[in-house]
Amino acid sequence: MRLPVTDRRSTPAQHLVRALWPPVVFGVGLVLVWELAVWGFDFQPYFLPAPTKVGEAFTSNLNLIREAASVSGANALAGLLFGTAAGVLVSFALMRFSVLNDMVSPLAIAVNAVPIVVLVSVFNNQFASTSEVPRRLMVTLIVYFVVLVNVAKGLRDVESTHLELMRSYAASPLEVIRKLRVPNAIAYLFTALKIAAPLAVITAFVAEYFGGTQNGLGYRITSNLATSKNAVAWAYVAGACLLGLVFYVIATVVESLINQQRGASPKGETS
Amino acid sequence: MNGDRVVDRDRPALADPAQRAAVTNSAVAISGASKSFNVGTPGEVDALVDIDLVVAAGEFVSLIGPSGCGKSTLLRLIANLIEPTAGSVLVTGKPAARARADQDYGMAFQQAGLFDWRSVVRNVELPLELKGWDRRRRRERALEMLALVKLDEFVDHRPWQLSGGMQQRVAIARALAAAPPLLLMDEPFGALDEMTREHMQSELLRICAEARTSVVFVTHSIPEAVFLSHRVVVMSPRPGRITHVVTVELSPVRTVDTREDPYFFGKITQVREALRGLGASTDDELLIEQASRASHAKER
Repeated sequence: MRLPVTDRRSTPAQHLVRALWPPVVFGVGLVLVWELAVWGFDFQPYFLPAPTKVGEAFTSNLNLIREAASVSGANALAGLLFGTAAGVLVSFALMRFSVLNDMVSPLAIAVNAVPIVVLVSVFNNQFASTSEVPRRLMVTLIVYFVVLVNVAKGLRDVESTHLELMRSYAASPLEVIRKLRVPNAIAYLFTALKIAAPLAVITAFVAEYFGGTQNGLGYRITSNLATSKNAVAWAYVAGACLLGLVFYVIATVVESLINQQRGASPKGETS
Repeated sequence: MNGDRVVDRDRPALADPAQRAAVTNSAVAISGASKSFNVGTPGEVDALVDIDLVVAAGEFVSLIGPSGCGKSTLLRLIANLIEPTAGSVLVTGKPAARARADQDYGMAFQQAGLFDWRSVVRNVELPLELKGWDRRRRRERALEMLALVKLDEFVDHRPWQLSGGMQQRVAIARALAAAPPLLLMDEPFGALDEMTREHMQSELLRICAEARTSVVFVTHSIPEAVFLSHRVVVMSPRPGRITHVVTVELSPVRTVDTREDPYFFGKITQVREALRGLGASTDDELLIEQASRASHAKER
């Protein structure tokens, strides 16, 4: 169904339909082609299971998938919260003590240059094997750097006109922080969260590949593949996609918040 | 009409009592002020040398000159955003630092410099917040100021939703919010188109007349300086100094016709002639610009 493009007085529902039909048509088409390809070329299940089989596996394993998703999701969320808190706190410390900034910033960039997620095996070694702490610690660390770099930039890079203005008002250093630097940094914090939210959920999955408890989505995918239950593995992949989508929506909501406040969101940095 | 006259630099500053009285009642009194950047280093630049300038209460004075003549530096000296290397700067009869602490002046820059995270009315409230006014009183005053600049319909808008001219009007409302006796403006209309600019000039004159505010106004535009000012101060570069002061006696109420007045044109010619031969090289401009920025960074 194609709606006339010239219709300017469309209702929100019509607007939604117009925005949704292209991706929906594309997605359904893709699954259809996949299904036909599996039957037509007679793909073996170990190579590529049919979407219908994946669907069956998804519904019959729904509770297990939901449990696994809540474990990975909780890890991602905990890491996102702790990492954000730590990043904000440290960026304030960096603003207050510029010597600290000179010491820490190059280190932060250097640490981010290595594939830091491998650290999770080190953490696994330090905690009990049933502990979720190593994975949460990993997510925390990844989020922490993103938040630190961006919020520190927001606190530091204020417009020179704004600084002169505050100086012309004889504003105290504390007032400059409260009325200029902090509000300026809030938009940068939102930008950091937008980058960090999807990153957190990816890190939570990947961290599960490095051992530890066997209850998250990432682990279930590998273990089902190892026992040749490919359709079930794909069902867990679908669960991971859905969880990723939830975090993506969080990020999008955060972005629209910045845009309401600022008109446009500042550019973020990942390291 | 006095025509242009060269400033008499041999006269000892504040010698006779009558002159001293004039200075204490003045909005700005600068005597023997100099400003050098990077003093004692190979990069030393004399931005201003031996400046004497008195701005009477209620007077509108423009600073004009080629790029690099130090007119913005002079304005920042008055604002106490930088300290003079030598000489004294009095603002409303007090040392400049004291006047800044008392918020005796409001300031407007070429960029409106509004806070994007605040609504228009909350931007105007900013100086009042810093002065410790209570919420109700500052809202009342801010709304009054926005009515003065004819933006009462946009109080709850965000700055980025407004045009450049409207943003500049908000900046002027903010500069005037605390009812300062002095307004310091650094090319506030420089980024506006010609039509908006002329409109803003008339608005500024009306507002300052209503509020009886003294103004020191930095500009690149000769017609703008002549249209607005009681006196146009012409400055020369290398190093920055005052070379001519042109007195303009237009009727207090300027209209569209003022811009067509032969007297107006005569004054424009006079200022242009005073400026002739004062061309600054871009190198000088860059040098002072860099030195001034470096010293700002240090003070931060």
